Amino acid sequence: MKVSLFVTCLTDLFAPDVGMAVVKTLEHFGCSVDFPTAQTCCGQPAFNNGYPAEARALAVKMIDVFHDADYIITPSGSCCAMIRDHYIELFHDDPDQRKLAEDFVARCYEYVEFLTKILKVDLSTLSLPENETFTYHFTCHLRGLGATGEPAIRLLKQLGGAQFTALEKAEQCCGFGGTFAIKYSDISGAMVRDKVQCGSKTGAQTMIVNDGGCAMNIGGACHRMGASFRVQHIAQIIAAAVEHTAGAKAS
Amino acid sequence: MNSVKESSSPKRGLSLPVFHPDFMAEAHAASADAVLHAALDNSVTKKDYGRRSSLAELPDADGLRQLAGDIKRHTLDHLDYYLELLERNVIKHGGAVYFAATREEANDLIVDIARRTGSKLVVKSKSMVSEETELNDALIAAGIEPLETDLGEFILQVDNDHPTHIVMPVIHKNAAEIGHIFARYFKTPFTDNPQELAEMARVYLRNRFNQADMGISGVNFAIAETGSLVLCTNEGNGRMCTTRPRVHVALMGMEKVIPALDDLPVFLKLLARSASGQALTQYTNIITGCRRPGEHDGPEELHLVIMDNGRSKILAGEYRDTLRCIRCGACLNACPIYRKVGGRTYGSVYPGPIGALLTPLFNGLENHKHLPHASSLCGACFEACPVKINIPEFLIKLKRDEVQQGITTRSERTVFKLWAWGLQHAWSYRLGQVVQRVMLRTMGSKDGWIKKLPGPAAGWTAQRDFPIPPKHDFRYAYKQYRSGKNRAK
Ligand code: SF4
Repeated sequence: MKVSLFVTCLTDLFAPDVGMAVVKTLEHFGCSVDFPTAQTCCGQPAFNNGYPAEARALAVKMIDVFHDADYIITPSGSCCAMIRDHYIELFHDDPDQRKLAEDFVARCYEYVEFLTKILKVDLSTLSLPENETFTYHFTCHLRGLGATGEPAIRLLKQLGGAQFTALEKAEQCCGFGGTFAIKYSDISGAMVRDKVQCGSKTGAQTMIVNDGGCAMNIGGACHRMGASFRVQHIAQIIAAAVEHTAGAKAS
Repeated sequence: MNSVKESSSPKRGLSLPVFHPDFMAEAHAASADAVLHAALDNSVTKKDYGRRSSLAELPDADGLRQLAGDIKRHTLDHLDYYLELLERNVIKHGGAVYFAATREEANDLIVDIARRTGSKLVVKSKSMVSEETELNDALIAAGIEPLETDLGEFILQVDNDHPTHIVMPVIHKNAAEIGHIFARYFKTPFTDNPQELAEMARVYLRNRFNQADMGISGVNFAIAETGSLVLCTNEGNGRMCTTRPRVHVALMGMEKVIPALDDLPVFLKLLARSASGQALTQYTNIITGCRRPGEHDGPEELHLVIMDNGRSKILAGEYRDTLRCIRCGACLNACPIYRKVGGRTYGSVYPGPIGALLTPLFNGLENHKHLPHASSLCGACFEACPVKINIPEFLIKLKRDEVQQGITTRSERTVFKLWAWGLQHAWSYRLGQVVQRVMLRTMGSKDGWIKKLPGPAAGWTAQRDFPIPPKHDFRYAYKQYRSGKNRAK
């Protein structure tokens, strides 16, 4: 299966490991992965702040960059939700571009969604290098995709050596929200501290956060507060299991 | 908290009163208030889970929400027709109907009715729309005594305070605070036992119900087909207010009408579940007309005041769907921001996500420019709303309006336009990423995190650390990986 990666601007700059984990795991599951280098940003910040014309220009570019991709996969829930929820509506007055948008949107998937709905992977043959306890934060924008965290938690639980503990108020927003975190930092700070406290209460070693922005927010608060769990994208965990399992087989 | 008089000097001409105009100051104080957060978690967060589990008991809650939203949309699309039908049918059953264009007009109409009927004491059941009109102030100014009979509203009235939640008005006070308020008011020894406090209010209110000349209620649903007014309450005071006094005045926003009695179960199934996780409110009154010959109770006169107060302006534009709201409070309970700032911060009568939408729509964006922005757009409100109002999408539209009306700063507009332009091209995007990386990498401390960002970004580091970007970006890593693979081949 041929897939194209939309890595997103945040992941490109701040979390190259997440992008690489997505590439390697998709290859492991039999996909051939391609990375169109002309890609930039989906336009979410512009759209969310009230600049639909600017977002529209970026959407045109996205659609063009990925015009011949079979599937477009992104590790970021919110970017995928931006595309799903708003791309078609952005071209309400341009039937031709709207058609292109519809076609693009239908090929676009968030990473976990793609693993579970299209590839239908089973991770029970994989195991982690060491036993690890996980908790899972429901990144808000999965809501926009009509998905909750359940598929991701199911995947996690399949991994050998993975233990899962539920997060209190798992579906409560971490307080990122793009410019919100900066402009309304008092409120955002109270929200993210709540998230970190709930995370600490689980006693888990790792909190899974499947969105670049949320991960920066929760990770930064963990560090400020001295919390002991780490924040990871699920692709990083699966990649570690893939590598470990391959290594174990080889030896 | 006893500052109602000085703080409630609303700008003339605003459709909603503004109690706390300084959003940032309120947000700053509330965000640091751990007691408030714990109290809100204990109430609204719990109610939110109650909502989820009680809706899950229904065979198709989502389908029901869709239906409720569709009924509301249909009604709003034909609002003039249904309001006329309602008027005809209320009159047919012996009631009188009035239309008020503004909140001042609504108050004047009610004061007039009170005067005409010689009413001195007015008992009220809980009504958000009467908060919107500041009806109590108008009654007092006319020498008429209003008495709130919903326990929460009674506490607030005694304490000169305002509701901070649509459904649970006194959510911001704990039992001890209420104990002190009652000890002062009733001149009795202090107690913080909720049962005892409720009993004190109950005994007092009982007596006064018997003395009241007029009862004022809101309306949860007005049924056009039958001219019936539906009132959903948990304390039974609503029933007392609408049956015991000689005169019943019902005040409703014009969006409260629904077409037919058959539509009512759709909303009853959703309202209490969404508000509090109950299958139904304790009391559901369907009031059709006043007392008929031979009947033992009920008022001699029924007056229905239907108020516009800015609604037709909203109805005419692209924000029509916001008028579907049935004031269940589910979006407040689900909102992570409401859970951190409480209702007071929103400044006006309607707090939470729906308030962040309605307040600027009613009063003008220029008077409430923070409200559309103070949202992380997480979507919890949309997911909770029983009539499927897409609140985040409307908030984004309000922000767009701010940009178009020039309410945002010029520098912000320039930054966004430049940024979007930069992302048009791969080269300028790369350049931007490199500049960011180089700059950020000079700011880090030894532990690998940035403690203080400059300029507007300082908001981030005021609350949490910022990561230093790694030396190489994804593009670089990917290129290395591919060339390594090719070499291996
Ligand atoms: S917007 Fe929806 S959830 Fe919020 S109070 Fe109105 S009906 Fe309830």
